Amino acid sequence: MTQWIDICAADDVEMEDLIEVTHDGQSYAIYRSPEDAFYATAAHCTHEYVSLADGLVMDHIIECPMHNGRFDYRTGEAKGAPVCVNLKTYPVQRQGDRILLGLGD
Amino acid sequence: MVHSSWKDYSLSGPSKGAAVITDDQIETRVVQSWFVAKVDRKALKGLMKRSDRPAMLNYGLWIGLIAVTGVATLATWGTGWGWVWLVIYSAIHQSATARQHELAHGTPFRTRWINELFFHFSSFITLSEGHYYRWRHSRHHTDTIIVGRDPEIQSPRPPEILSLLINLFNLKTVLVTLRDFVARARGDLGPGAHFVPDSEGPKVINAARMYLLAIILILLACVALASPLPLLLTIGPRVIGAPLYAVLHFTQHAGLNEDVYDHRLNSRTILMNPVLRFLYGNMNYHIEHHMFPMVPYHRLPELHEMIKDQCPTPKNGLLDAYREIVPILLRQVKDPSYHIQPVLPQDRLAAE
Ligand code: FES
Repeated sequence: MTQWIDICAADDVEMEDLIEVTHDGQSYAIYRSPEDAFYATAAHCTHEYVSLADGLVMDHIIECPMHNGRFDYRTGEAKGAPVCVNLKTYPVQRQGDRILLGLGD
Repeated sequence: MVHSSWKDYSLSGPSKGAAVITDDQIETRVVQSWFVAKVDRKALKGLMKRSDRPAMLNYGLWIGLIAVTGVATLATWGTGWGWVWLVIYSAIHQSATARQHELAHGTPFRTRWINELFFHFSSFITLSEGHYYRWRHSRHHTDTIIVGRDPEIQSPRPPEILSLLINLFNLKTVLVTLRDFVARARGDLGPGAHFVPDSEGPKVINAARMYLLAIILILLACVALASPLPLLLTIGPRVIGAPLYAVLHFTQHAGLNEDVYDHRLNSRTILMNPVLRFLYGNMNYHIEHHMFPMVPYHRLPELHEMIKDQCPTPKNGLLDAYREIVPILLRQVKDPSYHIQPVLPQDRLAAE
């Protein structure tokens, strides 16, 4: 069953950007898209485990700061070399000015 | 020949295993992280932003210059001027070496397909197949000048001066490249087996086959037209236009330290004039590029200004750089452990 965790405030994440958050020793990346929608993925790139927190969000793409590997953060899809393995994604809900991260499924 | 008392630079030497990054090693490797200069996140984000416009103008000018000098070569071919134009054409054409590099990072153009179009075009005219290059270059960024892991170390010690001079025209590189294409076309990735994931092998193998086919077609065109021009105007510049880029690229890491996780100690930034910077895609800002590979080439001068007080003093032009490099190389022939130790800002302050 999905457990909803209050993970951050909406204003913690700038438009077209991301932040890294931790819960129970696990790191997650929370994104805010240009349309003001929120998404969550694993915090580390599937190529060489670098944190995506310093990466660049462009439209719906997160670009890894290490070798510029790109993922669609809505689906986790790896968009080509040097990333070949998709990112794990998590459900997100916005409740007022709080962001809830869905874990457990 | 590898100096008996020094290191083996191959990926399958004694540091073998270091070159293969397995899942459980990745986290430790990343923790062993690189020095990164302090930069305001907002300012850095501003620099990382992508836009097609600057690259459209820059690449438009580049293609325009290739076209004009190519037509001039054709128009004067058969006279002495034909060769003069061919050399100028080749020097501009091989700006593709620097461009391919930046395009591999995906930073010049915001629109991905335009970036990829120029990437594969630049890859072919430099005979540096794109899929393979992307994987190899990723490893160079993970393990910059880490012996046994970095497949792009250009100045292994002790330096082989004669070989370096011969390769000013890429003669060795082109022969090795052709040998590697044949091997890859047959399924043997060579050193690539250390950094190309299994799932990507077929792409690299197919691309090598396509490259060989294209090279054969170019040679057939020469026979059919009874002229060397098809070769000279397509991949011939890889040799004819090579010296300028050999001289530029070699400055990036030569004479600096190995096996250190600080790009300020193993990479070199050089201030250069706008013409060289245009041809070289601003790769003279090499420390900056390694520290922040997400910043597109055209914003590197601004990044340099932002972090220069955390970096060694840059070299003032190519001559200044070679005044540093040449004596080090000569000394390394006898003493491979010798290298330059750039003065870092904290050392500068301590000395004052
Ligand atoms: S670590 Fe993310 S692309 Fe290599």
